[in-house]
Amino acid sequence: MLNIPCPYCGPRDETEFHYGAQAHVAYPESPKDLTDEQWAKFVFIKSNPKGWLAERWVHNSGCRRWFNVWRNTATHEFGPSYKPFTQQPKSPA
Amino acid sequence: MSNVTFTFDGQQYTGVSGESLASALLRNGVIHFTNSSYKDRPRGIMGLWVEESNALVNVDSGPGEPMKASTTIPIVEGLITRSTQGVGDLPDTRDNSRYDKSNRHVDVLVVGAGIAGLTATKKFAELGKSVILIDDQPTPGGHMRHLGTQVPAELMAVLELANVTYLPRTTVQGLYDQGYSVATQRRTDHLDANVHTEVSRIRTWHIRADHTVLATGAFQRHLVFANNDRPGIMLSHAAATYVSQGANPFKTAVVVTVDNQGYRDALRLHTAGVAVSAVVDIRETAGGASVEAVKDAGIRIVSGKTALDTAGTPTGLVSAVTIAKADGSEPESIDADLIAMSGGWTPIVHLATFIGIKPTWVPALAAFVVERNDVLTSTTGMLAGDFGGDDDAAVFFGPELTTEQALVAFVDFQRDATLRDFNRAIGAGMRSIEHVKRYTSIGTSHDQGKTSGTTTMGLIGQAIGKAPDEIGSLTFRPPYISIPFAALAGRDRGLLSDPIRTTPIHSWHESAKAPMEDVGQWKRPWFFPINGENMHAAVLRECAAVREGVGVMDASTLGKIDLRGKDVGKFLDMIYTNMFSTLKVGMSRYGLMCGIDGMVFDDGVTTRISENHWLMTTTTGGAAKVLDWLEEWLQTEWPDLEVYCTSVTEQIATVAIVGPKSRELMSRLAPDLDVSNEMFAFMENKYADVAGIPARVARISFSGELAYEINVPGSFGLHIWQAVMKQGTDLNITPYGTETMHVLRAEKGFVIVGQETDGTQTPQDLDMDWIVSKKKEDFIGKRSFSRADTAREGRHQLVGILTDDGSAVIPEGAYIVAGVDEKTAPPVKHIGYVTSSYDSAALGHSFALALVANGLARKGEKVAIPMADRVLTGVITDSVFVDKENTRRDG
Repeated sequence: MLNIPCPYCGPRDETEFHYGAQAHVAYPESPKDLTDEQWAKFVFIKSNPKGWLAERWVHNSGCRRWFNVWRNTATHEFGPSYKPFTQQPKSPA
Repeated sequence: MSNVTFTFDGQQYTGVSGESLASALLRNGVIHFTNSSYKDRPRGIMGLWVEESNALVNVDSGPGEPMKASTTIPIVEGLITRSTQGVGDLPDTRDNSRYDKSNRHVDVLVVGAGIAGLTATKKFAELGKSVILIDDQPTPGGHMRHLGTQVPAELMAVLELANVTYLPRTTVQGLYDQGYSVATQRRTDHLDANVHTEVSRIRTWHIRADHTVLATGAFQRHLVFANNDRPGIMLSHAAATYVSQGANPFKTAVVVTVDNQGYRDALRLHTAGVAVSAVVDIRETAGGASVEAVKDAGIRIVSGKTALDTAGTPTGLVSAVTIAKADGSEPESIDADLIAMSGGWTPIVHLATFIGIKPTWVPALAAFVVERNDVLTSTTGMLAGDFGGDDDAAVFFGPELTTEQALVAFVDFQRDATLRDFNRAIGAGMRSIEHVKRYTSIGTSHDQGKTSGTTTMGLIGQAIGKAPDEIGSLTFRPPYISIPFAALAGRDRGLLSDPIRTTPIHSWHESAKAPMEDVGQWKRPWFFPINGENMHAAVLRECAAVREGVGVMDASTLGKIDLRGKDVGKFLDMIYTNMFSTLKVGMSRYGLMCGIDGMVFDDGVTTRISENHWLMTTTTGGAAKVLDWLEEWLQTEWPDLEVYCTSVTEQIATVAIVGPKSRELMSRLAPDLDVSNEMFAFMENKYADVAGIPARVARISFSGELAYEINVPGSFGLHIWQAVMKQGTDLNITPYGTETMHVLRAEKGFVIVGQETDGTQTPQDLDMDWIVSKKKEDFIGKRSFSRADTAREGRHQLVGILTDDGSAVIPEGAYIVAGVDEKTAPPVKHIGYVTSSYDSAALGHSFALALVANGLARKGEKVAIPMADRVLTGVITDSVFVDKENTRRDG
């Protein structure tokens, strides 16, 4: 059971959250101008490194807010969390 | 100390209050406890606590429980137990005991109340930290309890501190990420044998600790030699403890050891009055206080030898041990009715390995230990390698044995897994503990390898000339000991196991004796049988009533999301495939949602209540998912859009009156409402008093018939329904359920998301290209429609299927194959599958919807549907079966 730092509510149990994969993958400005390869990369390919990754989570059994947080995929350790569209803190690595 | 009476295998015994069942049985001279599960060999009590792998019982008194280690059961008056032969049986009565849960956040969790755990508790408590101290024994002290030694008063005092919570008889079952652990506390089994309903029998604790101290101690290991499983062969620490406490059925003992613990236990046996014939030590030299004390007691010490084999009495109890050098040479037989084995200590690394810590092999201790001291976790005591004395141990697990001897040399007692099984695994090329475990089943039984784990790794190392830590790593999984499922469920049983959602009209459906269908957590009436009708008859009658007269359906479960803000129209243009921003106030429009991959995700009707106020409906099962989806886009992509989403599913009750006579009924219910087609057109919304209640009435149809959906505040739902039934009596108003709804919509070719779709269908696949806007610059999913895979030929497309035998209703999910005739040789190619299939009152025969490869271009093609007992034949048709021209919706 992860202890996830919601930037609005503070640390809460994992069961209150849903996962939203890699953060900072913006919806393309103009999808029609992308090649099939570029569009497929946006739709299907997400980063999944061993180590620190900035991820999206939503506190849907709490404040219902989406946010971003650094998490180490190998150790499950959490780094700083931050609200969308705010300055991304440096990777804890 | 008082005496209590209990029953074991049908016989009454008396034991001492507070002792374990195992101890009490030894006190009564019960040495042969049961027989082994696979090989039917006599077995006795071997251990002291949860490491026990032979002496398991079914508890038949109280709530009853299968497969409990007799070493862990406190005897109480009236306890009734039965020995098990490896397999338990669940009580066939309902357990009425109470179970509950508790949550706790603390600074520090200490696991284990031995000297190490108590010392850690004292340290943190004195720093002002909140500490929860959990121990699986009934009283603190760990091994000191067994040794009969007093715990120092300064350590006992910490249990009284205000910032310390001490939980005895509590087992930490799992340790997880970020200091989260789950523990089970046994609260009544030690009091008496009764079922308790006034207090919980087991409390499950969910604990989040900033820091966790593991002071879990250690178990003793056995040694692997021939016939090492006879009753009377025990772990030396267990034997010495029972005997010291007066549970002594033994006369003569031989101690077989690899470390000084054997000497300490020999002294305890000697003191308790057991004649110790010899201490047999595999080490050539041994020193230390305990060795000197054994010499002083005049006990014979045999160095450089170990147990090779044993002999037994006619009833199978051990009667003698053959000792020899490790290679089997220089054998000598010594008579004894107790063989006490000290095969070294195995620190209890379970909790540490649950969080991914790999134990370290320390050859001097012949043990895997965990030394850890980080922010989240630290270890202390025997787990950390502090064995507290003259503790050099030989890395030795058993002597060289012949094949015949290996056949009866047990590695895992409970699985009856022998050294022979083990050698075959090695011979087959297994080297990793994970492979050997699966090949032999060693470590997979009730005790989960508590005694056999290190032994197995040691034996692999011994066999291939490597140290145990070169073989792999000990890994365990929660729970640490078996738990009744009831304890995990707590109070969430029966009605409380999952929420049940009912509409405001539910009581009427129940009194009409409608069978209920579960739709997510909702209970929806399935059909309304009259005079003992079966479902088929009821649904045909309900369908006919709707198509020819008027029916009524409770549509309150549809997901409803209130949307407000000046940008809702713009937002919906991105969310739905079709255009919404142009929708006029007072009008409703059907919409389809896709994921970014272009696959259909939900559908529903959205109404523009006013300029900046909209009401979206979703599928019954999809409401929460859709709300999450809307919020995700608003929060993470388009925060500048002014849109506020609120779930209002429960706030609004919806009663749909459907059928050609619904106009007449509507005019009776709302005399002030002009229900003419000219004044109240399809997809329009009107506000009117309906049966005296202000309502929003919508001309929406999910059946193709003229229909009115009456929306009122939830609390008026039943009132409206009753008014409909009363006003519609002479129109033969017919309530209908979900099954009729499904048939009616399928006759019209309307899809149900989740039935016609499984997340791999585009709108085009569903023959719904008409709802995909060509004007809009972009919407979610649009770009994916032109991907190579979504645009390719041969995708599964929605079509109808009519079977040649109109009475045959194809089972949903059935495979469709291209025309099978005598010229077609198997294997035949499967081209699609049936998604919906019903008998139809309107058509007079059955019909089906199906997804068929390239189906839209194959209309008219003959197909076959192979069943278990016959092959149905049919033809591919359009997916709309009734009223293709949409003439019925206006009445």
